[in-house]
Amino acid sequence: MLTESAPHYRQPLLKTPFHERAREWSQLDSFVPWSGYSTVDVFTSVEQEYFAIRNASSLYDLTPMVKYRICGTDALRFLNRLVTRDLSKLGPGKVAYVVWCDDAGQLIDDGTVFCIGAQEYRLCTGERQLDWLRASAIGFAVEIQEITEDIAALAVQGPTSCALLLRAGLTGIERLRPFEHGEFTLTRAGREPMSLMVSRTGFTGDLGYELWLRPADAEPVWDVLLEEGSPRAVRPVGSRALNMARIEAGFLLPNVDFISAAHTLYVGTERSPLELGLGWLVDFGKGHFTGRRALLAEQERGPRRQLVGLDVDGNKPAHNALLYSDRSARREVGSVSSATWSPTCKRNLALAMVEAAYVSVGSTVWAEIYLNRELTWQRRVVRARVVERPFFAPARRRSTPPALY
Amino acid sequence: MSAAAAYDCVVVGGGHNGLVCATYLARAGRSVLVLEAAPSLGGAAITREFAPGFRVSACAHLLHLMPPALMRELQLERHGLAWAAREVGTLALDPSGSPLHLAQGTLTELSSGAPAPDSAAFQEWRALLRRFTAALHPVLNQTPPRLGTGAWRDRGALLSLALRIRRLGRTDLRELLRIGGICIHDVLEERFASPLLKGALALDAVLGTNYGPRSPGTVLSLLYRSAAGAGAERLALPRGGMGSLTQALAEAARAAGVRLRTDATVERILVHEDRVQAVTLAGGETVRARAVISSADPKTTLLQLLGSEHLDAGFTRRVAQLRTRGLAGKLHLALDGLPVFRGVPASCLRDRLLLAPSADYIERAYNHTKYREYSAAPMMEVTVPSVADPSLAPSGQHVLSAIVQYLPYEVAGGWEEQRPRLLQTLLSTLAAYAPDLPQRVRAAELLAPPDIEREFRIGGGHWHHAELALDQFFLVRPVPGATQYRAPVAGLYLCGAGCHPGGGVMGLAGRNAAREVLREAA
Repeated sequence: MLTESAPHYRQPLLKTPFHERAREWSQLDSFVPWSGYSTVDVFTSVEQEYFAIRNASSLYDLTPMVKYRICGTDALRFLNRLVTRDLSKLGPGKVAYVVWCDDAGQLIDDGTVFCIGAQEYRLCTGERQLDWLRASAIGFAVEIQEITEDIAALAVQGPTSCALLLRAGLTGIERLRPFEHGEFTLTRAGREPMSLMVSRTGFTGDLGYELWLRPADAEPVWDVLLEEGSPRAVRPVGSRALNMARIEAGFLLPNVDFISAAHTLYVGTERSPLELGLGWLVDFGKGHFTGRRALLAEQERGPRRQLVGLDVDGNKPAHNALLYSDRSARREVGSVSSATWSPTCKRNLALAMVEAAYVSVGSTVWAEIYLNRELTWQRRVVRARVVERPFFAPARRRSTPPALY
Repeated sequence: MSAAAAYDCVVVGGGHNGLVCATYLARAGRSVLVLEAAPSLGGAAITREFAPGFRVSACAHLLHLMPPALMRELQLERHGLAWAAREVGTLALDPSGSPLHLAQGTLTELSSGAPAPDSAAFQEWRALLRRFTAALHPVLNQTPPRLGTGAWRDRGALLSLALRIRRLGRTDLRELLRIGGICIHDVLEERFASPLLKGALALDAVLGTNYGPRSPGTVLSLLYRSAAGAGAERLALPRGGMGSLTQALAEAARAAGVRLRTDATVERILVHEDRVQAVTLAGGETVRARAVISSADPKTTLLQLLGSEHLDAGFTRRVAQLRTRGLAGKLHLALDGLPVFRGVPASCLRDRLLLAPSADYIERAYNHTKYREYSAAPMMEVTVPSVADPSLAPSGQHVLSAIVQYLPYEVAGGWEEQRPRLLQTLLSTLAAYAPDLPQRVRAAELLAPPDIEREFRIGGGHWHHAELALDQFFLVRPVPGATQYRAPVAGLYLCGAGCHPGGGVMGLAGRNAAREVLREAA
């Protein structure tokens, strides 16, 4: 173990408070870095974990999500100038999905804002943003504090997640509506009561919750959930199974479906929220926000390309496929950023950036897919249709109280 | 904005740039109101009493940057501008008492009147600067073009600049490219032998900047000064001090129909649907306007009057990071008689006196500022304006006005404690050249950068509002996103020294800004 004084590049990845438990469950010992933490890629098999998400419940450690505490008299004004969405109606106990842009209206990152109180918010995001948040704070009476390490986070997602949490002792959880959060107490015989924050949010497009805990409570909560859950097919899942679920739900993954405008090196590789199909998050009427003028100009011009959902013929995922205007594959019109075979939809799904002429539902493009058949490569050009997103949107994700499977 | 606007244009700040801008706008038929926070107009170009009976140009003290064409267009002489001296020469003072005299293209020993040893090299240097100046001067009258827009206006401006520079010919072009980004010290070492001359020429390159002679970019600041003044030695003293220039500007503005209000502090610029709508004054009054043109420094205008909530975060950060702290201070002395400078006849005291006996002397004075100190041997540009203009002091008595460098904005110990100490340092520095000077002092005033900030409402106290350096120059001045005198919010313009072509009593930022305002349909 290296000491605190070792330079940062010799420090090992951080361990989340769930790490020791995750090791016990991991058959593959497959850990990958995420925001400076070591996290699980696959525990047992991607398929088994995927079906836990869709057919039972899954536990996913999202502690590495970067969390900021934002408070002060200008907290709301600051956030409304930062993000494209109008947060003025976001009351305490509510959560909003937001994106924020640079001056040129190009996406820096997405995340969720939790309204904790009148002058206190929490921003959760995939990557560190302190530099941009501090630039955005010039002229605002606001205090920004990174609290990533102070809070352990566990996503409990799947059709039986509400039942599982109730069984684990989170009384009242069934009343929590989508995009709400609240304080709950987990009481179990023989254990100290633990208070934790729960939000009805997630990255699976399914019924699900996210638990925000004191790091010291991480292992007891994990133990309680798996005590109740493992006889009922509940299992911890890694990021690869989650990736299948989030593609079905049509959610974007940073560095996969877009590169943060703060990190792009090549001109023209950044993406605006309008291009990414996130126009519904952009509120031009709320007053000024960073990137507003550029986005307004882009809207008047019309975006040159847009992210769409594709239903690809066949069952081979169109990973990184180039897209063409016709079968002859002579004129490129876009490319795939995320692809998966969806076991639930029984469809071959992809998220792709295509030229403006091909964005309407029903348009056809042709995907170039390479298949490796025992080291013999084959090239296929297959039809792909632009379809509605999300690909998978069960009613249970919104129903309150949820059915207790 | 509806036709109910009280004014077409409200100009924030009644300094020279604000007045120039207002006059051009009014002449083009706009209804214009100038709002000045101080009790009188003039900004940092004013004359005021600092001791009973003694008046002085309180900030800028020599006029050399304002183009004659601009003064003619505004008919300043008809509006009351008169001259105490038109061709003020320069004396590079030497502690041993043998000063050099720099006048239009000549370099002589003051004592003998004979050409000084570096005379030929000096003339060659002057001729080179004149050729560069001819190529660069038109840039000052121009709105800086934007890069990469494809607009014909921008392309044309860039092309004509490139052509003018190309027309310098191979030798001069090569020299311009070679020295354009380097330090004045190296160039002076190549060309001259006399430390005194090198000190004098280095002083002009660093006056009013945050740089020493060995700082890169100081050739650029000298070129800027030369281009603006069309020759650094053409210095003038308006009769009655710099305030009479701005009074004439105010008269020209009034004659053009501009309404001028003093004691009117703008507190906020109000925005409605991403367009300026009005300004509010201290006391609560609101004045509606179609366009607001601010001659205040960019940070004050954009971050305080407008507010970052109307700006993008990246742009806001660029504005916040502008280097706006001045290093120049101002010394005013009331003297009961004319002091005797060693080797300088009394009749020569109408010239400006440079206390910078070598470039190294300046560099040493500069070194201290890195550590929040000032040097025990500061650099000074001294004038005794009462020699040419007796109206400034009681009969037989005199005022001395000096620009003092380098004074850090934040000094160790604080300026309250350091001001009296620095005054003693300055008096003993002067005494090395004029031994009787300290005993002639009846009153003294010393303005450090924070004093200049307070009195003239220039954030940071820099006379260019923002440092004139390559990264805050021409195409990118004050910051990308606010070049071409336009702020990102529609209807808001900048017209102060923070814009191209910068500060000093020049007025071109005001005139260029007016042209941009007028490009937008009334």
